[in-house]
Amino acid sequence: MTSPIISVRNLTMAYSDNVIQHDLSFDVQQGDIFVIMGGSGCGKSTLLRHLIGLQRPATGSVSYGQDDFWAASPDAQDQLKRRFGVLFQAGALWSSLTLAENVALPLEEFTALSREAIRAIIATKLALVGLAGFENYYPAEISGGMKKRAALARAMALNPDILFFDEPSAGLDPLSSRRLDDLILQLRDSLGTTIVLVTHELPSIFAVANNSVFLDADTKTMIATGDPKTLAQHGPDGVRSFLSRGEPL
Amino acid sequence: MNTPPPTAHVEFDRQDTLLRVHCSGTWDWNSPQPALPDASAWAGLTRVALSADEGGDPDGALLAWLLGLCRVAAGHALSIDTAGLPSGPQKLLALALAVPPQTDHPDDPNPGFFESLGKISLHVWSDLPLALAFTGEVVQGLGRMLRGKARFRRRELFWLIEANGPRALPIASLISFLVGTILAYMGAVQLAQFGAQIYIADLVAIGMVREIGALMTGVILAGRTGAAYAAQIGTMQVNEEVDALRTLGISPIDHLVLPRLLALVLMVPLLTLYAGVVGIIAGMLIATTVFGVGLREYLHETVLALSWTHILIGMFKGTVYGALVAFSGCWRGMQCGRSAQAVGEATTSAVVTSILLITVSASVLTIVFQRLRW
Ligand SMILES: Nc1ncnc2c1ncn2[C@@H]1O[C@H](COP(=O)(O)OP(=O)(O)O)[C@@H](O)[C@H]1O
Ligand SMILES: [Mg+2]
Repeated sequence: MTSPIISVRNLTMAYSDNVIQHDLSFDVQQGDIFVIMGGSGCGKSTLLRHLIGLQRPATGSVSYGQDDFWAASPDAQDQLKRRFGVLFQAGALWSSLTLAENVALPLEEFTALSREAIRAIIATKLALVGLAGFENYYPAEISGGMKKRAALARAMALNPDILFFDEPSAGLDPLSSRRLDDLILQLRDSLGTTIVLVTHELPSIFAVANNSVFLDADTKTMIATGDPKTLAQHGPDGVRSFLSRGEPL
Repeated sequence: MNTPPPTAHVEFDRQDTLLRVHCSGTWDWNSPQPALPDASAWAGLTRVALSADEGGDPDGALLAWLLGLCRVAAGHALSIDTAGLPSGPQKLLALALAVPPQTDHPDDPNPGFFESLGKISLHVWSDLPLALAFTGEVVQGLGRMLRGKARFRRRELFWLIEANGPRALPIASLISFLVGTILAYMGAVQLAQFGAQIYIADLVAIGMVREIGALMTGVILAGRTGAAYAAQIGTMQVNEEVDALRTLGISPIDHLVLPRLLALVLMVPLLTLYAGVVGIIAGMLIATTVFGVGLREYLHETVLALSWTHILIGMFKGTVYGALVAFSGCWRGMQCGRSAQAVGEATTSAVVTSILLITVSASVLTIVFQRLRW
């Protein structure tokens, strides 16, 4: 078996003294579509923030390959972070920059590419997410669904190894969310990117997700990990009823 | 059909361990609500049965009253029978009682005066280490900048310079002119008693150039720029834009704070100088038109009074105030919570912090320069 791309060991997450989740241990493998599940407020976004190096674990570790993130030097941490693409819940595009500049910023910061090359990359990435020709729009001038797609283009700018999504379809109409959904899958298929996402609303993602972790708000720890399709059949009651939307088991 | 009695009415009927509550009449929010039974009345009960007339609750007042009653009953561990209620209120009551109320309340949003005062004091005290930590980060960022490792967009810097330099000129002109006028008047009234009006020139020149120009510029920037910085960065916090920078390994300090600090530190000495000149012109107008000082004499006296020391000290003070304003604005912005209200609070506290720091440093600097006899 290949070594996991992310491994979480005995992770406890807390805001000052308030423990959100404790004793989380799971692995994400290369090429996985990994879903973080759980009720509202149970700590999914918080877990995601721990996985992308924004929040330091209270105890336990988050490692990428062999590298324990919080044991690494700041420079090494920055190196690791550049392997991630993150799509935040509301897109988090930089509002003072145009879409083109948003995609360009990581490229300008971390590559020595020429202006022409950067311009070509911007055009490609925006076209991939269906926003060709929107280079000079500001985030405030486009719709919510378009913002998320633009943010996806930015997240892909550096060809990340792992893409992280926080509730990508939240706040989108069914059609836009379906499009985003398809887009994510196509990206995985064509680029082989590992995908970690928080969601409970993307049926077709569920269909292809091959790994997951389920966080429970009452016991404040994970109650299951594994393929959601298996969990839907044989998981603990809480998980099965969650996956069947509360239909009687 | 008899019309229901006009006002809300409740009958309590106790039968052994059962309390029957019958509500009649038309309930509305404008008439006083009947009182709940007092604490002693609940002892020994096990069950409450509710009933009410059909159509007596046009605007939800009865439902609210029943809900209050049920909460108290639940607090005494009584079982509640709603079968006697009309079907509408019965279903609504079932919905409202389905989930028990949250018990660990957040802090009282309307604390009393002394509680607020205490909280603010604790807040200021606990701010201190945070301010020091932020200062440390900014100093590290400055180190990176000097080694050419901190990168930010040059266009952003130019934009910030324009927004906080040239665009501050109108308000800086107005305030400095008025302050120069006031200074000249105040001084002249006293000096004229000795026939020494000519010294208005010294008073205004040294006062404006060395102290007040810098102070006024600092205060203007606190309101104008400090607030804007806090709002800009605070909004970016709310939208997770700052997190988006961090996840790319781009330091928000380098990218957001340094250009803002640099823009102010570059612009403030010039603004201070400008404020001094405008103040001197205002003083000159007053002295020559109102107090009969000759224009040539005034200019001559101004030149005699001013030394490079005064000019440089003024510019130095201005720079310090500008840096403090940029620091406060950026710091409060970076500290901002994740809501629109938090942005408002960040803005306010940026201005308050700026003015506080300016005042303290003005006193310290004045004393230091006095001691140095500069
Ligand atoms: N910045 C914060 N400070 C303190 N508590 C927080 C903060 N952010 C979230 N929480 C708390 O952490 C818990 C989990 O939040 P979150 O991870 O956002 O949940 P979700 O699973 O809905 O994404 C919630 O109870 C929330 O109140
Ligand atoms: Mg969330």
